[in-house]
Amino acid sequence: MGRRGQEEAHGVDREPLITVRDVAFSRDGRAIFHDLDLTVMPGRVTVVMGGSGAGKTTLLSLIGGRLVPDAGEIRVAGENVPALSRRQLFALRRRMGMLFQSSALLTDLDVYENVAFPMREHTRLPERLIRDLVLMKLELVGLRGARRLYPAELSGGMARRVALARAIALDPLMVMYDEPFTGLDPISMGVIVKLIRDLNDALGMTSIIVTHDVAEACSIADDIYLLDNGRVSAHGTPAEMQKTTEPAVRQFMAGLPDGPVAFHYPARDYLADLQSAGHA
Amino acid sequence: MQTKGTELAVGLFIVAGLLALTMLALKVGHFHVLGRGQTYQVTADFGNIGSLKPRAPVTAAGVRVGEVRHIALNPRSYRAVVTLRLLKRYRFPRDSSAAIDTAGLLGEQYVSLSPGGSRRYLKNGGKIRVTQSAIILEQVISQLLYKKAGHG
Amino acid sequence: MNPLAGIGGAVGALGRRALAGIARLGRATLFIARLVPSLGGAWKRARLIVQQLYMTGVLTFVIILVSGAFVGMILALQGYNTLVRYDAQSSLGLLVALALTRELGPVLTALLFAGRAGSALTAEIGLMKATEQLAGMEMMAVDPLLRVVAPRFWAGWIAVPLLAMIFTAVGIIGAYVVAVAVLGLDGGVFWSQMQAGVSVTNDVIGGLIKSVVFGFVISWIAVFEGYDAKPTSEGVSRATTRTVVSSSLAVLGLDFIMTAFMLRGL
Repeated sequence: MGRRGQEEAHGVDREPLITVRDVAFSRDGRAIFHDLDLTVMPGRVTVVMGGSGAGKTTLLSLIGGRLVPDAGEIRVAGENVPALSRRQLFALRRRMGMLFQSSALLTDLDVYENVAFPMREHTRLPERLIRDLVLMKLELVGLRGARRLYPAELSGGMARRVALARAIALDPLMVMYDEPFTGLDPISMGVIVKLIRDLNDALGMTSIIVTHDVAEACSIADDIYLLDNGRVSAHGTPAEMQKTTEPAVRQFMAGLPDGPVAFHYPARDYLADLQSAGHA
Repeated sequence: MQTKGTELAVGLFIVAGLLALTMLALKVGHFHVLGRGQTYQVTADFGNIGSLKPRAPVTAAGVRVGEVRHIALNPRSYRAVVTLRLLKRYRFPRDSSAAIDTAGLLGEQYVSLSPGGSRRYLKNGGKIRVTQSAIILEQVISQLLYKKAGHG
Repeated sequence: MNPLAGIGGAVGALGRRALAGIARLGRATLFIARLVPSLGGAWKRARLIVQQLYMTGVLTFVIILVSGAFVGMILALQGYNTLVRYDAQSSLGLLVALALTRELGPVLTALLFAGRAGSALTAEIGLMKATEQLAGMEMMAVDPLLRVVAPRFWAGWIAVPLLAMIFTAVGIIGAYVVAVAVLGLDGGVFWSQMQAGVSVTNDVIGGLIKSVVFGFVISWIAVFEGYDAKPTSEGVSRATTRTVVSSSLAVLGLDFIMTAFMLRGL
C-alpha cells in the first residue's frame, strides 16, 4: 500500500501528489469555489489557510471525494477523484488518512478498538499483529497507556491524538487535517504541531492541513495557500508569505481587524440609517 | 468486551420468541388445513342460509370435518350456493344431506352433514342434493303465533 | 392585517409543509433503495447484528413482558364484564386470544418498540452523524450503510416479530391467571374454547405477518430519520420525535390496511 507512495515521494521529477485544477463548487446556490488551483507536493506539509467560511473543510471533502465539484479536475495519486466509482474511491481512501476537527472517534469503542478499527475493516491480519500495530501507533502519539479509555473519557487534545493514530493506522500516503489546532490548550497544541511534523517526516507521508491559526501554520508548513473569495489569493513558503506586500495577505497574516477585508458588513450610510429610525 | 454475555442474552431472547410462537401455535390455536392437497370441495344449494358465514365449521356427527369456503347466490334459481371444503380423509356417500344448524339457541351457524347409504362417494366438485335450510327463529315464532291465532 | 393575506399565507405554509413531507418520503425511498444492496453483506459480520439485537431487542424485552401481562389481565377483566351479561364467559379465552394474536400483540409491541428502541436508533445514528463519526467512517473507506445502518435495521426487523409473539403469549398467560384465579373460570374451558376458535394459519400467522411488516417499517423510519437528521443537537432531537410520530402513524395505518385484507379472507 505504502510502497507506491514512497516511490512517488522519491521520484526524480517529483510529480505532485494532489492537483486541483479549475475547480468550481457551489452549495445551495452559493458559489464556494471558482477557478480553484492548488498543488500538493509529496513529502511536504501543505497548509491551506483562509477565514471562517472560506470553504477550507469543503476543500478536504472534495479531495476525499465526499463532495463532487461542479467543474474542474481533482487528481490524487494520479486518479481523477470525481470520476471514480464508489469501489475505486474506497480503494483510494484506504491510502488517505483524515483527522476531523471533532476527532470523529467511534464512541462505542475504546481507544484501542478505535485505532484497530481500520485494520479490522480492511485487513485480515491476525489478532497478535493487530495488537502490535495498534500499540505502535498509540506509542507514536504517546497514548499507549490510555488504550482502555473510552472517547468520552479523553480530553480534546488526547482525542485528537487518538484520531491521529487511527488516521495513520494503515500507513497512508497522505493525511488531511481539518483544523487540527482549534480548541486546544497551548501544551496540547504544541504536541499536535510537533506530532504532525514528526509523523510527516518519519513516515514519509504527505500532510495537508486546513487551519486559520497563522502562527502554528507558519511554524509547520512547507507551503502555504491562502484562500479568499473562493480562490487561491496567494501561495508560497511561510517566509515568502510573511514578507509579502499584498495588503489582503498582510492583513490575514498579521491578523488586522480592518483592511481590504472590511470590518463592516456591507450596509448603507450609518448616519442615514440612524435618521430613518422606525422604518427598519 | 462483554461479547459472551451479549451473545447469551440475544440467544435467550430468540429462544423466548420462538417458544412464544410455538405456544401460540400449539396451545392457543388449532391448525386448520388449508392445503389444497388435503381437502376437496363440494357444493350444496340452500333455500336460505340464515347468517352462515365463510369459514364456518362443517361437522358430521358433531365432529369437525371441514369449513365453509364460499357463499354465492345462483342468479337463476335464487338459491344460495354454499361451497364446502372437506378433509380428504373423510369421504361421504353421494346421497348424504346437509343442514344448517345453530350451536345453541343464539350461537353461530354451521353446516352439519348426515351420511346417506350409497356405495358411491362425493368427489371434488360434487354436489350435495338433499339440503335443509337454516331455521330462522323469528319465522318459527311468527308461524307458531299465526297458527295459534288461526286455531283460536 | 389583511385577513385574506393571512389565509393565503397559511395555505402557502400548508403547501410548503406538504411538499416537504413528500420530499421526505422520496428521500426515505431513495435511502432504502441504497440500503437494500448492503443488507445481504451485513450478515458477513453477524456479530454486529447480534450486538444490535442485544441493544434493541433484549433491552425492550422487560417492557414487553410487563405490558403484555397487564394488557392480557385487563382484557380478561373487561371481556368478562361484557361476556357475563350474555352468559358467554366460557368464550373469554377465545376473546382474549383473538384480540391479542390479531391486533393488540403486533400493534402494541410495534408502538412500544417505536418509542423505546426506534427513537434510540434514530438518536444514536443522528449523533454519530453530528459528531462526524459517519463521515469519518466514509473517509476510512468504510461504508456507514453497511457498518452502522444495516446491522441496526436487521436487528429492529428481527426483534419486532419476536417481541410481538412474546407479548401475545405473555398476554394470554396473564389473562389465564386472572380468569382462573380472580374470576373463578374453569381453566380447561378457557383453553379449549380458545383452541377451537383461534386458527393458527389465519390468526397467529396473520399477526406474525403484521409484526414482520411493522418491524420493517419502524426500522426503516428509525434509521432513515437518524441518517437524514440535521447534524446538530436540535436536528437530532427533532428526528427522534419524528421517528416516534411517523412510525406510530405508519403502524396504525398499515394495520388498518392489512386487517381489511385479512378479514376479506386470505
